[in-house]
Formats: sequence, structure tokens, C-alpha cells
Amino acid sequence: MSIEIRNVSKKFGTFEALNDVSLSVGDAELVALLGPSGSGKTTLLRIIAGLDSPDTGSILLNGEDATNRGAGERGVGFVFQHYALFRHMTVMENVAFGLRVQPRNIRKSKSDIRDRVMTLLKLVQLDWVANRYPSQLSGGQRQRIALARALAVEPKVLLLDEPFGALDARVRRELRTWLRRLHDEISVSCVFVTHDQEEALEVSDRVAIMDAGRIEQVGTPQNVYDTPANPFVYSFLGNVNLFHGRVKEGRTTIGNIEVDAPELRDASDSPVVGYSRPHEMEISRERTANDALSAEIVQIQAVGPNVKLRLRRTDSRDILEAELTREKHRELELKIGELIYVRPRLVRVFIADPSEAPLNYQI
Amino acid sequence: MEQTRKRVPENSGSIVTRWFLIASALLFLALFLVTPLLVVFVEALDKGWDAYWTAIREPDALSAIYLSLTAAVIAVPINTVFGIAAAWSLTKFEFRGRNVLITLLDLPFAVSPVISGLIFVLMFGAQGWLGPWLADHDIHIIFAVPGIILTTMFVTVPFVARELIPHMQAQGREEEEAALVLGANGMQTFFRVTLPNIKWSLMYGVILCTARAMGEFGAVAVVSGHIRGETNTIPLHVEILYNEYNFVGAFAVASLLTLLALATLAIKKIVEWKISE
Repeated sequence: MSIEIRNVSKKFGTFEALNDVSLSVGDAELVALLGPSGSGKTTLLRIIAGLDSPDTGSILLNGEDATNRGAGERGVGFVFQHYALFRHMTVMENVAFGLRVQPRNIRKSKSDIRDRVMTLLKLVQLDWVANRYPSQLSGGQRQRIALARALAVEPKVLLLDEPFGALDARVRRELRTWLRRLHDEISVSCVFVTHDQEEALEVSDRVAIMDAGRIEQVGTPQNVYDTPANPFVYSFLGNVNLFHGRVKEGRTTIGNIEVDAPELRDASDSPVVGYSRPHEMEISRERTANDALSAEIVQIQAVGPNVKLRLRRTDSRDILEAELTREKHRELELKIGELIYVRPRLVRVFIADPSEAPLNYQI
Repeated sequence: MEQTRKRVPENSGSIVTRWFLIASALLFLALFLVTPLLVVFVEALDKGWDAYWTAIREPDALSAIYLSLTAAVIAVPINTVFGIAAAWSLTKFEFRGRNVLITLLDLPFAVSPVISGLIFVLMFGAQGWLGPWLADHDIHIIFAVPGIILTTMFVTVPFVARELIPHMQAQGREEEEAALVLGANGMQTFFRVTLPNIKWSLMYGVILCTARAMGEFGAVAVVSGHIRGETNTIPLHVEILYNEYNFVGAFAVASLLTLLALATLAIKKIVEWKISE
């Protein structure tokens, strides 16, 4: 079932939680709402579910206006961040709840409900805990039971609020891939909220990046990572290095680096910020190009597939981060305290927004 | 054997200090709590079981017991429903004036019982606001059973809500929201999710409310008029008997309230144990 969010705004007192947000989610699509805390992503999810109502704007489910429909009449499943399992009920009773409260004329028979619950518990691989209470389960198990409970009423849309937020890193990774597999199996539209960019980029079909009650950018994971729409998206999707410079007639000058910025052709001599990801930094011992910056190696972190370097620019004393392959690292034989040359292979340039300075994207 | 013995921290003082502290605590407990409790029963049974039994079955005593029970049977259910409704609205919703309401709820605790009684006299008494109108319509509230019930209700308003509010606040709204999204209506959500979650603290609140409803003295004394066999509750009856030097009678009836108190404590203990489970 498709979801269409049209111009939704919501205020809590004077706090603007959502500001004219529009987004559409296709049938059987998995969309991540990604953003820092307080960006409005959970509010948006709750409005889709009918747990909060928008001040203005509307929610369409399958093309029909559902703005005034109650949470129970929208055909959505909701998985809460802290699971919200009914603590006085067994796992079995929890999963059966949605089926047992149905109006008598459409309610399934007791044995049918039992069968359906067991099928769901097998789906989440927890049929062996049916008679336990939530307090006797681990966090990961509770989250899977919460999912089974939401799926019991066969929702057309599944909404998940920070579903893996409270779990440890390993369980999180497991559940993440498992959720993707499950989504592909049962083909239901999914929206999930997360503040973890890795999670969002790994699992979802599309990502909507939110900040301060607005959606900053929507696109496929690759799309938003490679062509971020603005500095916020850029810095939120991974580590970045930041350079200050000026733009004049489409040419950007950052220190002694010159970058083409055709999209800024009309800007007349204004300050800009350039962004470069650590793996886009080139390291060399010799000054191979005249736009290389000289820097001192502060730290070498050689754990994992890539070697991470922290560098201090000799001119501005700013810290830069660089990543290089193990082979390259071995070839250069870098040591802490050495002076090297670093050159950004790729710089993305944005007009500096005076209201956003000072930028906290610096590493 | 060595491990099972309780370790005493090194700095807990000499054996003498320790025993002195423990002994004085025990002595205090015995003097101020256990002795009075025993005295009630000793005095009540001073002239033997027969006298005790007669004192309780005396018509005025029976009428007092009956009136106290009536007041409790009416006040407790009404306050239970009100308490649940108040706790529900105060903890599950955010609205303007919420904190003022929570504070107001404690008013009956804060004012002296005599004032609580006076409020009703000033409202419904012969010289009160509604007095003339009530007299015209031949309705008796002050110095009659309705006044006692109203006062009892007023005094016991906070008990249930006070017990429920912290518990419900701690539980939050998520389980109810989960039930709503799963298609449960308001009634189903309340009876299947909210009520089972609060049942032990609710029971505790109801017990405290009952004990107070039966035992209230000051406020009820103001509105009752002390008409024997008509407007005397158990505590008022005890006072009258005592003033008449009928000690066996006074303590026999008082022992009923004492038993109620002991039962309340026992149930409270069980409920606390259930909550912590």
C-alpha cells in the first residue's frame, strides 16, 4: 500500500516539530527516515500511524485520505523503540492481541488465532518462547516479538521507530539484514526511523534525510551519498573534511586548491565551504601537485580494511582525516609525526551559510 | 558455616554501641507501637469474652458499624472510579493546568479534618448557603447520614489517585498506543492493557481508602451531630462510650478498627510483594 504525506506541519507548543513535509512511499518500498534527534522523524512516523495528528496537511493511504482515521483503522503495524510489549501477557497473548480484539463478526476462531500466532512466531524464529513473559526475553527477542505482534493483523504498512536503537551492535546488524529479508518476503510498505546513517544506507530502498522538521533530501542510498543536496546531508552521511574558501565566477579557491564549481557560476565573490570525504584524500611523500597541502601525521589507526589517518595542516592547524588502503599504507611507510602532502581528489563546494557557521562537521 | 554468618562492616562501632542502638530502637517500638495495640485488646477483654461480645452486639454499636460500612460502601467505589479517571487523565495526557490539578487532588490531605467537616456545615447546614432551600424541601444532610457519606467521600478522595499516578506515570503511554494501533477500542484498551497493569496499586489504594473511610473521626464528628443509633460511626461511638467510662465497650468496638488496621497492613504487604514481582 502506498503512503502519501502532503504538506504536513506539526507544532508542540512553540516547538516546530514538522514544517511542511511531503513524502511518498511506494507499494512494498522500504524507506528510512534518517536524521539527528529532534529532527521530527518520529513525529512524522507517529502521524502516519495516527498516533499524532498533523496541524495542517494530510496523509493518504493507498490514495485515500486517512488523516481523520483512527490509529486502529489505518491498517498499519507499528513497532515501538522500546517494544511496548504488554508486560502482563505471555508472548503468545501479545502476538494474539490484535486478532483477539477484532469485532466478533470478523474475528477468527480460537484455533485459527493460535495457528496464526504460531506461524508468526516461527517467522521470527521464536516459537519456543510462546509461553514466556516479555521480561524473560532478551532485547533482540523482544523486538522480534513486537514485530510479530504488529504483523499479526496483516498490516498494509509497517512503521518502525528506531527498531534497533536499544540493541547492541552485533544483534543490531543481524536484525537489520533479517528485517530486509523479511520485508522482501512479505512485501509490505515499510517506513523506519533511525539516526544511524549506516543502518539507513544499508537496509533501505530510499532514504529521507530530515533536519529541524524538514526533509532535506530524498533518494536512493547511493544517490544521497554521492550527490548530497546540501552541507547538512553531506556531513550527516559520513565523516567529512571541511575547507573554507571563496568563489568567483565559477572558480573556487580554497587555499592553493582551485576547484571548478559550475553550479556556483552566478555567485559573485562569496565565501564557500568545500567538503571532501576521508577516502577522497590523496596522500604522498613528495609534493606532486602544487595544490597539495602539507600536513603532519597525528594519529594512525590501522584496524579494519582501511588505514585511517589524522593529519594536522601546517598552515591552518586544522585537523583533516584521510583513509587509504593497507597496500598504499605499506608502500608509503608512514609514521606519526612525519610531514606529508595531502590533496583532496574531489571537493564538493557549497556557498557558506552565515547562519550555519560555525559548522560542527569538523572532525 | 563461616560464609553464612552475616558480615558486619569494620567501622560499625563497638559491640556496646551496636546493642545500645538496637535495644533502644526495639524499646521504642515496643513502647509506642506494640503496647498500645495490646492495650486495646487487653482492655476490651478485661471482663471476658462475654462482655466483649455483648458490647459489640449492643444495638447502638451495631448501628455504628452499619453506618460506617454504609459510608465506606458508597464512598470507596465512587472514589475508586474517580481515582482511576483522574490518574488516567493526569498521566496519559498533557494539558494546561495539569500540575494544578495534581496539587488540588491533595487538598483533603492538607486541610485539617475539622475544616473538611466545617466546609459541609457551611454549605448544607441550617445557616449555610443551601440550608434554607434544603429545609424548604425537607432534605436533611447535616446531622444526618448523607452528610457523613459526603464528608467521608471528601476526606478519602486522594487515596486511589495518589497510589495510581506515580505507577501510571512510570509506565508511560506506549502499551496503550500499541493496543490502539492493533485495533483495540478504548474499552478494550482499558480493560485488557491499562487495568491489568495497575491492578495491584489500585488494590492498595482501595484498601487505604477503605481503612480511612471507616476510621475517619474529625471531619465526620463535625457533621454527624452524635445522635446515638442514627448518626454515629464506629470512631464516634468509641468516643461516646469512652466518655461514659464504659471502657470495655469502648475498647471492644475500638478493637474492630484495630483489626481492620492490621488486616490493611497485611494486605498492603502482600500487594507490595506482588508489585515487586
